[in-house]
Amino acid sequence: MAEFKEISPNAPLADKALNWVDNRFPLSKLYKDHLSEYYAPKNFNFLYFFGVLSMLVLVIQILTGIFLTMHYKPDAAIAFASVEYIMRDVPWGWLIRYMHSTGASAFFIVVYMHMFRGLIYGSYRKPRELVWLFGCAIFLALMGEAFMGYLLPWGQMSYWGAQVIVNLFSAIPFIGPDLALLIRGDYVVGDATLNRFFAFHVIAVPLVLLGLVVAHIIALHEVGSNNPDGIEIKAHKDDNGKPLDGIPFHPYYTVHDIMGVMGFLLVFTAIIFFAPEFGGYFLEYNNFIPADPLKTPLHIAPVWYFTPYYSMLRAITSEMMYALIVCVIAAAYLGTTRAAISNTLKTAIIGGAVVLVGAMLAIDAKFWGVVVMGGAVVILFFLPWLDNCAVKSIRYRPNWHKYLYVVFVIDFFILGYLGMQPPSAIGERVSQVGSLFYFGFFLLMPWWSRLGETKPVPDRVNFVAH
Amino acid sequence: MSETTVDTGKRTWLIATGCAGAVGGAAVAVPFISTFSPSERAKAAGAAVEVDISAIKPGEKLTVEWRGKPVWIIRRTPEQLEVLKQVEAQLADPESKRKPDELTPAYARNQVRSIKPEFFVGVGICSHLGCSPSDKFQIGPQASLPDDWQGGFLCPCHGSTFDMAGRVYKNKPAPDNLEVPPHMYLSDSRLLIGEDKKA
Repeated sequence: MAEFKEISPNAPLADKALNWVDNRFPLSKLYKDHLSEYYAPKNFNFLYFFGVLSMLVLVIQILTGIFLTMHYKPDAAIAFASVEYIMRDVPWGWLIRYMHSTGASAFFIVVYMHMFRGLIYGSYRKPRELVWLFGCAIFLALMGEAFMGYLLPWGQMSYWGAQVIVNLFSAIPFIGPDLALLIRGDYVVGDATLNRFFAFHVIAVPLVLLGLVVAHIIALHEVGSNNPDGIEIKAHKDDNGKPLDGIPFHPYYTVHDIMGVMGFLLVFTAIIFFAPEFGGYFLEYNNFIPADPLKTPLHIAPVWYFTPYYSMLRAITSEMMYALIVCVIAAAYLGTTRAAISNTLKTAIIGGAVVLVGAMLAIDAKFWGVVVMGGAVVILFFLPWLDNCAVKSIRYRPNWHKYLYVVFVIDFFILGYLGMQPPSAIGERVSQVGSLFYFGFFLLMPWWSRLGETKPVPDRVNFVAH
Repeated sequence: MSETTVDTGKRTWLIATGCAGAVGGAAVAVPFISTFSPSERAKAAGAAVEVDISAIKPGEKLTVEWRGKPVWIIRRTPEQLEVLKQVEAQLADPESKRKPDELTPAYARNQVRSIKPEFFVGVGICSHLGCSPSDKFQIGPQASLPDDWQGGFLCPCHGSTFDMAGRVYKNKPAPDNLEVPPHMYLSDSRLLIGEDKKA
């Protein structure tokens, strides 16, 4: 608790007012801690724009969302028409709606870039594990938010996409069918589903999302930002205890980020005005047809940001289960013969593997597809404990690590592409290999990240004044 | 702070009341979660649907809505019925033995999965993830289908195929045959979907 601070009676009115507030609320302290005296490394590159851009898009989504709810009707009978009403009759309604629909895709673009940045510079490593965990939770909440929001226009894709995803839950043994019923609130996706998804989309998930964003930033400001060199700037401080390689967030990075925001808005507004549907990627054409519970569109696919995971879901066929069983057995074999661990742990590994293989043989491939799809996101949470490399940043890792990351990104894009395509024999095979690579990248990381010779890490950050 | 001792009696009561409070708090979740289940209105919406089938010509399909789901009524041609025997070896469950109580009422547990061989009545929802399969009645090679295709249905979502009696082919994502809803004939031309004689 701070001491009550007296101020000279001759001080300017503004100073008096601030002092009055500061004695009752830590306004100046918050400003200093998070802006004027929050020291960020001076060697940020353009990849560091995407954190602030995610916040910007969050604000855009909340603002446009509030205005859309003023005209939207969450009722299966009139939902589709109310969206068209916003598009045609509400003054400037089309702009607000396109900002919101383009914002959804933009959100995933900036968040994927933000995550990629964290991945290559080791921003999830000690002591930033919680920053990463809060970030992963934000990503998960965002996926839920996007999925539920997509039902609201009540078009064909909305309807059948929700039907397929909710039915995924019914693949869970024992509780699945009841769980799916509980989610839908009816025997098929209907008015009850639309109404509750609306409630979740406009209030429940956004509240969680905002809380998580605050936690993400508090955790970040506690440990300080990482940087492209992956070294701690706090290791070298001047006489006043300020990091030598750090600069105050405000005004340096606030001004710097305004440039990033301008660049982003240039692209964002260009899409809103000239290509809001973005060739069917941001708004799928089938979603301009009202939902028809009696007829499934000939080709259904989720929106682009879900397609890598959707690909993995489709990759798990009964055939693929045998490949996965082989993987489990191989992992158990390596775990028991190679790893230096106690015998009790080894017995546990064998026991676990036997139970898992038994379950894999007993339960439908459909359920394991759901497990793989969920696992692809959940595995990100474990990243801080999977990476054993001696250095954080890709800059000082062995060169072949770079190629591995390139292959990982390409793999993610291929999976994303295949998830948009109708099912095909070749596509299925490729997505199976792609899924194995995706999981292999993470699950084998404790092993491969230790291999190879790292380059010497500099003492101070690389920075050229401009 | 000065040296303090733990008053164990007080602590025990704190823990006990804390636990009781937590149980009470958790119990409040029950009514909230219960609101997620289908409402009485949704449960009551399953009323039976009466359909006039006299206008369906051989080889045609009529779709009606029952409980929000598409129900197909197909008048099969003699050729289509003949094919049902030939494809049996390629089917996952030709005799409708899987989950018979849920999927196939007793009066439809036959090769043609219907009361009258000519009329097939089935719920047009794929047993995989709930898409509605599309009609592929034409025989012969075509996109997404095997070259020896004998007519039936193709699910556009994940490629499951069904024969003209809604029986699923082997090695497809869909595990089960299409559901045959409870139904009965009120007369030669009037069909009631959603109720049968045993009810």
